[in-house]
Amino acid sequence: MIEFVNFYLIPAFTLGAIYALGAVGISMIFGILRFAHFAHGDVMTLGAYGTLTAVWLIPLPPLLLLPFGIALAIVATLAVDRMFYRPLRKLATIYTVISSFGVALIFRSLAQLFWGAQNEVYVPGVQRPLVFFDTIRVSALHIEAILIIIVIALTLHVFLTRSRLGRSMRAVSDEPELAAVSGLDTDRVIRWTWIIGASLAAIAGTLAGLDTDVHPNLGWNLLLPMFAASILGGIGKPMGALAGGMVIGLAEELSAYPWLGDGPLISPSYKTAVAFFIMVALLIFKPQGLFKGRLL
Amino acid sequence: MSALLSIRGLTAGYGGLPVIDGIDLDVAPRTVSVIIGPNGAGKSTLLKSVFALTRIEAGKIAFDDRDITGLATAELVPIGIAAVPQSRNVFTTLTVAENLDVGTYAAPPRDRRAVEERVLTLFPDLRAKLGQPAGTLSGGQRQMVAMGRALMSEPKLLLLDEPTAGLSPAYLERIFDLILGIRAVGVTILMVEQNARQALRIADRGHVLVNGRNFQSGTGMELLGDENVRRSFLGGGTA
Repeated sequence: MIEFVNFYLIPAFTLGAIYALGAVGISMIFGILRFAHFAHGDVMTLGAYGTLTAVWLIPLPPLLLLPFGIALAIVATLAVDRMFYRPLRKLATIYTVISSFGVALIFRSLAQLFWGAQNEVYVPGVQRPLVFFDTIRVSALHIEAILIIIVIALTLHVFLTRSRLGRSMRAVSDEPELAAVSGLDTDRVIRWTWIIGASLAAIAGTLAGLDTDVHPNLGWNLLLPMFAASILGGIGKPMGALAGGMVIGLAEELSAYPWLGDGPLISPSYKTAVAFFIMVALLIFKPQGLFKGRLL
Repeated sequence: MSALLSIRGLTAGYGGLPVIDGIDLDVAPRTVSVIIGPNGAGKSTLLKSVFALTRIEAGKIAFDDRDITGLATAELVPIGIAAVPQSRNVFTTLTVAENLDVGTYAAPPRDRRAVEERVLTLFPDLRAKLGQPAGTLSGGQRQMVAMGRALMSEPKLLLLDEPTAGLSPAYLERIFDLILGIRAVGVTILMVEQNARQALRIADRGHVLVNGRNFQSGTGMELLGDENVRRSFLGGGTA
């Protein structure tokens, strides 16, 4: 039982938090800009490298240096929106989707160019886990990740339901033409969608980098489960995407638990297949997701 | 009395052939004006042109003695024009209260609560539904949310595109009553209506459009009494 909590459940929540933070951005961007942002994983990668660079220069714990990763991710997404997505906005969204594939490659190549293709770690050496009640062993990172996701979920909920900007975002996601007729500033809403999506992606990227290591494929490798999470949550529903991320994270990690007999139920190397399987099954049987989002 | 809205020689469309051609139309303050005409006459296009949702090829639109031709929709809301589209006119996943709130964003009123109170006095049915997602309401109630949202920007001119489309006869009467109530608080209304006979009955002024051109104008009663209009556009019979 303790083994289940220590080695499966808590890591599962951490993985879920990483997916959830990425999936929120994907879901919001889909809701407001109406396209699947395939470069979102690579925004995470840039965020992770932004934090890493700060760690090299400033002797503080990585999580305190998150603002640097966030800043890099925001600047990068606002720049590509201006250069590649905005000029295509009036065309069918498939052009923007394809363009985001290109942006994904650009981000990944730039990361490799500036930081190299090797694996980097934020803090060298083995991190000692914290021990509670002599039995529960948790790494500080996992506690931090779970705290971060709780704070962000609450903040996001209040922001979307209470603030003017949050309500405007939901309005644009709901009925873009009516939002324009109501005189809402759609460009401002789009700008903030990128800022929020990029910030959360940078946090997710840094957490993923802390959990394992930082490399140019970091975010790209997580893209599929994050898409699965945002579809599960109902596309265009940020809170749903948060829940979807947790579900996918739990499903992936817990699928490797020896539920029957001694060996893992599903070999850990097939983890991503679990997310893929959930995504395909949803698209076939429940394409609007669990929270009644938009159809893809 | 000088007109609140004055349209001169307006030719507009969506990039291809113009849908309306050389339209002239004046709307006096604190009146209800209705645009009627057969399908494809360009009624909605005329309304959308006032709200900068079409491509204007020629002509002038003046509002409150100011040339507004070429202004963007987002610039029109703050100077006192609001519009309710015919369909998809509420934010379905937002609550009724949130829908009303979104109506204030483009032109934040000094006293938001007072404005909301005025709107809820006009649409008392909405008071009990404030916390409900607008998507769960009936067609007539949605129309009220849509009009309420538009009124939250405290417009001088309210544009309504077929406010009774798809509503039951009972709601139809109710919506027309509400429109008179909106006029009574000093808002000018320009609307397109398919239910021409009932609309003309409450209208101060009616404009008949045919093939994108002015066909005839008059008071609501004049048009209802006009043999020609009655035969061609009101399906015959007596008013």
